[in-house]
Formats: sequence, structure tokens, C-alpha cells
Amino acid sequence: MPTSVRLYVPGDAGATSVGADAVARALAQEAGRRGVTLDLVRNGSRGAYWLEPLVEVVTPAGRIGYGPVTPADVPGLFAADFLAGGKHPLALGPAASIRWFAGQQRLTFERVGVVDPTSVADYVQHGGYQGLARALAMTGAQVVQAITTSGLRGRGGAAFPTGIKWKTVLEQSAAQKFVTCNADEGDSGTFSDRMLMEGDPFTLIEGMTIAGLAVGATQGYIYLRAEYPHAHRALKTAIAAAYQAHYLGADVAGSGRRFDLEVRLGAGAYICGEETSMLESLEGKRGEVRVRPPLPAIKGLFGQPTIVNNVVTLATVPWILAHGAEAYANFGTGKSRGTLPIQLAGNIKRGGLVERAFGLSLRELLYDYGGGSASGRPIRAVQIGGPLGAYVPPSQFDTVVDYEALAAIGALLGHGGIVVFDDTVDMARMARYAMEFCAIESCGKCTPCRIGSTRGVEVIDRILAGTDGERNVQLLEELCDTMVQGSLCGLGGMAPFPVQSALKHFREDFRARTRQ
Amino acid sequence: MQTMNPGDTATVQRIVSELKGRPGPLLEVLHAVQAALGYIPPAAVPLVAEGLNLSRAEVHGVVTFYHYFRHSRPGAHTVSLCQAEACQSQGAEALARHARRRLGIDFHGTTADGRFTLEPIYCLGNCACSPAAMIDGRLLGRVTPERFDALIEEQP
Repeated sequence: MPTSVRLYVPGDAGATSVGADAVARALAQEAGRRGVTLDLVRNGSRGAYWLEPLVEVVTPAGRIGYGPVTPADVPGLFAADFLAGGKHPLALGPAASIRWFAGQQRLTFERVGVVDPTSVADYVQHGGYQGLARALAMTGAQVVQAITTSGLRGRGGAAFPTGIKWKTVLEQSAAQKFVTCNADEGDSGTFSDRMLMEGDPFTLIEGMTIAGLAVGATQGYIYLRAEYPHAHRALKTAIAAAYQAHYLGADVAGSGRRFDLEVRLGAGAYICGEETSMLESLEGKRGEVRVRPPLPAIKGLFGQPTIVNNVVTLATVPWILAHGAEAYANFGTGKSRGTLPIQLAGNIKRGGLVERAFGLSLRELLYDYGGGSASGRPIRAVQIGGPLGAYVPPSQFDTVVDYEALAAIGALLGHGGIVVFDDTVDMARMARYAMEFCAIESCGKCTPCRIGSTRGVEVIDRILAGTDGERNVQLLEELCDTMVQGSLCGLGGMAPFPVQSALKHFREDFRARTRQ
Repeated sequence: MQTMNPGDTATVQRIVSELKGRPGPLLEVLHAVQAALGYIPPAAVPLVAEGLNLSRAEVHGVVTFYHYFRHSRPGAHTVSLCQAEACQSQGAEALARHARRRLGIDFHGTTADGRFTLEPIYCLGNCACSPAAMIDGRLLGRVTPERFDALIEEQP
């Protein structure tokens, strides 16, 4: 028996939500009883959530996975000599070779679930800060050009070309510029930002540092939603470690250039995922959306030129710099270049994170990766892109997952979350929920969103109560149109999408029903 | 106007003086007040406003805009149940009905013994382990009614 065996037990919030902390405690206890010394690392999750808690043991044959492990399994695992990769019903073989990961193309998520998220040294050992080293040898304009050439588009949902946004900020002359990271991941069915911040926070820090040096911004803010206390701790730990190692502060990596970074917490407002609302919130105000123009790239945080990018967008920057813009652009299809971390969620057998080049069909994702519904019943609908995304019926499951192909069927990709519903779903109720959610989360600044969403709930209630069904369905369609055309931002402007798609594909659900 | 006890008043004043030099400090201040006192007492609003050179209306407007900030003292434990789509697809509504019955309160309510406050929440980022819940900042996944009862039982 070796003196110390390295074990990985995810400290990821999702893994701990299904017992990873208890498993870690049980492993330490059992090891103590047997006089074995463990070197237990709390890594991020690799994103195969149906296997969590997924324990990995470092052996000469690689990192051998066991999962899903419960505390009750621990004595049996020791008895099976799992510390040497022994046979056990929960054994999965080398973790990276599990079929679910084997087909994936992990670029942005290459280190998530692999490294110790608290260690700068481990990050560097796994290729971290190579992108920054390249960037420091380039001019700001060259870095921005590389991002443009890579074809990277905003992964928060708007899909705006990142390089163009950066170029606008670069071209402004101002005493102070900012880089802000939108980590207000509020869409149901999405968790890629959370996984990355918990599992490989230095990638985000490096991406923001590169962005700051490229456009001449010396201060960065990560705007993190309050619902993510685990990610908050992970980011604070990583930022402190990056300062300690001089990757943040007055002399970034010995370059003599400054970049400071801090985390600011949101406070439970979905609208603050909209970029101008996020900036208001960062300034300590109500998160009401701003009228554009001016663009945040010209007048953003505290009126200064500001980059606003999503976590995944910024965390992809180090890979692009380290491997080259063309290498990134070689992945993908059409105008959707690179890879997308897709999140399979809800009623799905194998839920989790799949990072693949754009170009996979919905069907492949739902059945090859996802294994169909968790309930075993037929999948009736999927909602893509969060609460403002359209519902897609099985007849459209051969659609390719990229920005343009989804737009062509009236859907949107958003932040890449796919929520699966089986045939017990009541689509009229889901439509009602879309309006209700908009009413709860509307910032209140414009009327179509603030009032329209409340009226939308009422109209759907009348349809379900059997009051003037036909006329109210028509009224609902008109109301959706008004909200889409007349709202100030995407909340009111897109909340009708799930409603319209439900009406289009699942009209039979919009009928009077007897109250249960 | 409600008043605060001298200890809480001193806490609010200390937080304001510590954070007021930071850019756009109001949310930071409110987070710190809630972390210290459990909620934002109405009597804290004028103190914060004065300390940050804002109007009471501005501070009140911010406190009431954000769902996370509480206006009254919560129970000893805050139980948040995700009600968003991914969790709905896995029985979040049935779990919410069960939780209401078990605790005898509706959403936003606090049990008579002051032990539990029940809140809806819209996405905890645990959508591959639905339905999700959070108890005092601890994330929970695949929460069945039975597991919910066990979790409630084990709270001190």
C-alpha cells in the first residue's frame, strides 16, 4: 500500500447536493480506521451528474472512477481495494474514457473536474496562464483581432461577436475602463457558468485579465448571482490565490501592468442578467434596464467604456490565445464557430454538461448523450435557452444546435440549456408559468413587460377556465405580439416565445379543464 | 417608525462606514446588513441613506427591488424550493405542495415556532439533479418528499 493515495471527490455544488461531502467524510473516516493516508482533493464536477458523487482514484493506470458513491458504499470500496483501482460494481474505468466524455470536445471545460480549483500551481501545470503569456507578447489590437478571428460569440445568449465588442472598448479613450463578467446565470436548465467558476475559476480570472490588458481596463468585476454561494467561495479563494501568485494586482505576471478583480453579489433579480441592468446593479442601484444607445462598450459601468461578457465567453479566451484563433475557428459550423457547453437538464436520464463543437442535432443530445427521459416516458417537449426560450416538439429534434439553425425554427440557443419534459407536461401551464415568471421578474420600467405579463397570466387563466376560449386565445396571440414588439429589453420581448411556441405546437393543451 | 436596538444600530453604522468608500456600495452594504442581522430592518434604511449620502427613497427602492433582501426577520432556517422549469419537469410543484403541508405555511411564510421560513427560488443551477432546494445556503438535489422530511427533521 502506498503511503498516500490521491483521491478526487467533487466539491461542486451539484455533487455536494447529492451527497459528495458525506462521501468525502466517510472516505476519510474509513481510511483513518485502516491506517491509510489519503490526499483528498475536492475537484469540480466533470458534469456527468447522474454519476455524482463520482470518486476518482489516482492509480498507475490513470484516474479510475467510481460512481455514484454513497457513504454506505465506502467500506465495500475499501474492501475491493479501490485505492489500487480494484473491481467493484460502481467501477467505471478511467474517468476520462467514460463513453459520455469520450465523444466530447472539451476546450473551455478542459480542466473542469480535472484540476484542484484552489491551486494556481495545478492550474499552471494543466496549461493555465499560457494564453496570458501569449497575450503579453502581443499588442492589445492583436489580441482583439485574435478574438475576432476565432469567431467567438457571446455565450450568455445574445451571441454577439466578442471581438467586435472588445474592439469598440479598445478604441475609446478614457481614464478608466472596466471588464465585467456577467455571472448572473438565471436561466433554468443552465449551470455551465456555475460549474466553471467552481471547477476551474482561474480560467475565468485569466480570461478577464487578458481582456483587461487587451483593451486597457485595469479593473474587473464579476457580477455573481446570490443563489450561488459555493461559486462565491470558489471565486474568492481563487482570486486571493491569483493575487498571492502575482497573476492579479499591480504587476500581472511580471509585466508591470495592473489588473484588479473582485466579485460583487447580485440579489435575486433575474433581470440583472441583462447587461445594462447588471451594470445598474453593479453601481448599487435598482436593476432597471438602460435605453441603448449608448452601448456599454462606450458608456458602461460608472459611465466608462466597459466589456460585458458572460462567464463561458471570458473563460474561452485563454484557450483561444493559447492554441490560436484558427484552431478555435476550426471547430463548429457556419457562423457558429468553436464549441458550446450544452447543459442537459430536467427530466433526462443522463443529465449534465456536454461540450461539443456546434453542429450536433437535438436528437443526438437528448438520446445518445441524455439517454431519453428520466421517467422512461416519451419526451414531449424541450425548452431551449431558458425561461425566454421556445418549446420545441419532437418533430423538430433533428434540428442542429447552432445559433442560425435554431433561429430558423423560431427557437433560440441562449446560454445552451435544454430542459426536457415528458408526455405528462401540461403545455398551457408552462405557457402560464412563462408569463407569471415575467411578471415576477419584470423590472417594471416598460409597460408591455410589466403589465403585459400580468394580463398574459389572466388571459391564460380565462382560457383554462373555459371563458370565451377562442377569443381569448386570439387575445393572447395579440398580447404576445405587443410584448415582442414593444418591450425595452429581452425579458418582455422574449417571454412570449415559450407562449407562442406552446400555442403553435401544443395547441390541444389550451382547452378548458375541470379544476383539480 | 420602527426602531432598532443599539447593538443593531451600531452594526449598521459600522458596516456603512467600512464600505462607503467603495464604488457603488449600496448593494454591498445591504448584503452585509442582511448577513449580520438576517434581514434589512426598516429602521436601517435611513441610517444607510444618511451614511451613503442617498435619499431614503433610493435605498428603499433598492431594498424592495431585489427578491433576496428581506424586510422582516426570517425563521431560524430558510428553506428555498426551486420552482423553475427544470425542477417543474421533475415534480417541483408536488414537492412544494408537500413542503407547504409539512411545514403548515405558504411560500414567504414562517412557522409559528419561528424555526422555518419557506421561499420559492428561481433556479439554483442544479438542473441536472432536479428537483433542487437550498436550506441555509446548503444546496440539495433530487429532493423527494421523503428526503425533504428527513432534511427538516435533521435541522437543529
